[in-house]
Amino acid sequence: MDLHFGDSKPTDDERAAVDALLGPPESSWEGADRSDADLRWARGGREARDRRDLLLPGLHAINDRVGWISDGALDYLCRRLTVPPAEAYGVATFYAMFSVKPRPATVLHVCTDLACTAAGASELCAGIEGGLGPGVQVERSPCLGLCERAPAALAIRAGDPVRTAVSAPATVREAVLAATAPDSAPEEPPAALAVPQADSGDLILLSRVGVVDPASLDDYRAHGGYTALRRAFELGPAGVIREVTDSGLVGRGGAAFPTGRKWQATASQPDHPHYVVCNADESEPGTFKDRVIMEGDPYALIESMTIAAYATGAHQGYLYLRGEYPRALRRLEHALVQARARGLLGDDVLGQGYAFDIEIRRGAGAYICGEETALFNSIEGYRGEPRSKPPFPVEKGLFGKPTVENNVETLVNVLPILTMGAPAYAAIGTARSTGPKLFCVSGTVDRPGIYELPFGATLGELLELAGVRDGLRAVLLGGAAGGFVRADEMDIPLTFEGTREAGTTLGSGVVMAFDDTVPLPRLLLRIAEFFRDESCGQCVPCRVGTVRQEEALHRIAERTGADAADDIALLREVGRAMRDASICGLGQTAWNAVESAIDRLGAYE
Amino acid sequence: MSVVPLGVPRRLLEFTIDGEPVRAPEGSTILDACRSAGKDIPTLCEGDTLTPKNACRVCVVEVEGARTLVPACSRKAEPGMEVRTDTERARHSRKIVLELLASSVDLSTTPRVAEWIKEYEAKPDRFGPDAARLNEEPKVDNDLYVRDYDKCILCYKCVDACGEQWQNTFAISVAGRGFDARIAVEHDAPLTDSACVYCGNCIEVCPTGALSFKSEFDMRAAGTWDESAQTETTTVCAYCGVGCNLTLHVQDNEIVKVTSPHDNPVTHGNLCIKGRFGYQHVQNRG
Repeated sequence: MDLHFGDSKPTDDERAAVDALLGPPESSWEGADRSDADLRWARGGREARDRRDLLLPGLHAINDRVGWISDGALDYLCRRLTVPPAEAYGVATFYAMFSVKPRPATVLHVCTDLACTAAGASELCAGIEGGLGPGVQVERSPCLGLCERAPAALAIRAGDPVRTAVSAPATVREAVLAATAPDSAPEEPPAALAVPQADSGDLILLSRVGVVDPASLDDYRAHGGYTALRRAFELGPAGVIREVTDSGLVGRGGAAFPTGRKWQATASQPDHPHYVVCNADESEPGTFKDRVIMEGDPYALIESMTIAAYATGAHQGYLYLRGEYPRALRRLEHALVQARARGLLGDDVLGQGYAFDIEIRRGAGAYICGEETALFNSIEGYRGEPRSKPPFPVEKGLFGKPTVENNVETLVNVLPILTMGAPAYAAIGTARSTGPKLFCVSGTVDRPGIYELPFGATLGELLELAGVRDGLRAVLLGGAAGGFVRADEMDIPLTFEGTREAGTTLGSGVVMAFDDTVPLPRLLLRIAEFFRDESCGQCVPCRVGTVRQEEALHRIAERTGADAADDIALLREVGRAMRDASICGLGQTAWNAVESAIDRLGAYE
Repeated sequence: MSVVPLGVPRRLLEFTIDGEPVRAPEGSTILDACRSAGKDIPTLCEGDTLTPKNACRVCVVEVEGARTLVPACSRKAEPGMEVRTDTERARHSRKIVLELLASSVDLSTTPRVAEWIKEYEAKPDRFGPDAARLNEEPKVDNDLYVRDYDKCILCYKCVDACGEQWQNTFAISVAGRGFDARIAVEHDAPLTDSACVYCGNCIEVCPTGALSFKSEFDMRAAGTWDESAQTETTTVCAYCGVGCNLTLHVQDNEIVKVTSPHDNPVTHGNLCIKGRFGYQHVQNRG
């Protein structure tokens, strides 16, 4: 590799931010001053290139400290990691939370996604932009995952350390306060407030949220923590996989793949090492369940990942957390330190001679990184573009090695499977959708939040619990990648097979209610805008198709019937090609919600 | 033609294309097999010297049992696979992909695209006059080659050729995201401030003319570029002892550009700055 660095230099602050992550440079080959020894040998080569995966943490370090990434800072980071600057520039410009142009130290992300739009995000944005001076940059953001407290805003102030403040439900005054004085902003309400059933006593997945102290490992253990891992060690890896397979657990991220089969496929790969990756890049608009678990019961996730690793023969796990979750990051980081100190992670987990540790990797604002292979690329320090499959991750995943990837909700289901046993777990729910399921209910309901119900409850029962208001017009199931159903379809059973039979999808468990005051064409435009913004741009059907979809929806925003017919026909043709020919799920689902609004709701009739 | 390396004989896989039984060596892509069977499948981002990126999706075919269409250029053939290349579904996606591309970038110098647009009855105009396009001016910042991103379909071939697949210079990458993604050097600087070593291997693989020789760009602008009046002569580069093949494209007794045969087992079409651009002395008639 023939690396070429420009002559732009980092500032002291930028250099310090990078060195704090990587340690001081050892030789001039990686950015130190030249010494005599440097004339005789070169450090670098494969060892240096093996640190490529520190590129994303390095970009975060600079962006956190300075607020943006200058040419000099990027070049210095590249020199330290032996990464070509052109590639690092391609990575830095991929993520929405980074800027390669100067900007104020404070950025206020105001959510303008579905639930927040329904709760008046546009007016909020207008008010905030009028009420803030030049020292803060206001950015209209995709879903911040705070839908139960819509509308939401997140302030990030660069510095050492970086400061964050969340305002939700946000008013103009509170959001401005969060941006101008993040240190004195009031603490967020506890995670348990997002769980309306918290006191009911019959929850399984959410039983500890609001009950345990998320900062206390002792409290977690006092509430049944780490019994599942002990049971896993009794069963042995094959036994754990058998229990998970027998439980009928399928992935909760939307694709509904059998978890036991995935674990078995990874465990049996002859290539080593194996990796466990937790997908906590919860970016589907309307989804916030993983955040509540991570904020309210962080040790449960760590224990689950340890079990997944033990079952599949992995000794290293990565927890890929979306960049917009500062509180979840703090709680998980604290929990990891505690677990390591107590021998629950590290060389000798629970004294069983099994080595496992977890590293948190922070995303930087890219919905596509929730796609499993895009997530691997992101961790590895490449652009978060999906890979084509096959090969599948169980065979060639992270760093080209066999990898099991599960999202947060899927993983925490493993705890009750092991503590209650597969048959008892499988008895919950229906024959083909077993276990409890989390639903993120938001929009025009009285008690938005996360609900835990056994599979098989109907949409109507769930909305009843959440306090659906009069005048319900439509429900969006599965988020922006899901589909709308009508207000008269309340008897749809909330199972994978039931929603499929009804011609819709359960997706990631989003249930967003909209009454007749919410303008439907504007929602559809927001969905189209979301996909246009979040397309990685790799394949043509998605890169250009999402743009053409948004243009057509703009043209028919105020039109119906025959006036809209041409553009609806165009949307169908483009949508069909996006679904058939896109590389990954983002492009394949980008037309689902719009199509369902046209066909089921008669959006433009 | 592409080079078939000699090696251990490979097992033949049996499967069907459009109902006809075919046999292809293990490791072949569906596209390889289709071409052997005489099927003409359109391709844009596929390159004979590079690992397919399968980004353009114009070569999609239907495989029995697959939920979506699959890119023929990169999906490996498997025994028993039932491939259908010319179904309504595959033709529809190809048509839309051609429309999406032709409505957003300038395909006037892309070989065969006009023919495919006609064959698939694509109508790029139907997205209306306001359809977003790239609309960028060509970047002319050096004397050797021109970057005209208005013609770029983001096939990644130049990135791969500059990077780990051939040149190992890593001077170019894709920057930005979505419709705003662009091929760029570091910090989006002019080429002269970048790591570029002017080997021109990116031009060699560019399928659309987004990267072109300055000589060709200038002649096209002047209206004097005439491929039918050009002769091509393959010779050996005289600069060093490696023995790279040069193909001199000559028009009116002037060398107008230099390419290299892709089936050369040493260079696979790659050259260095001297072989690619160092020909002025030949025509210096002083």
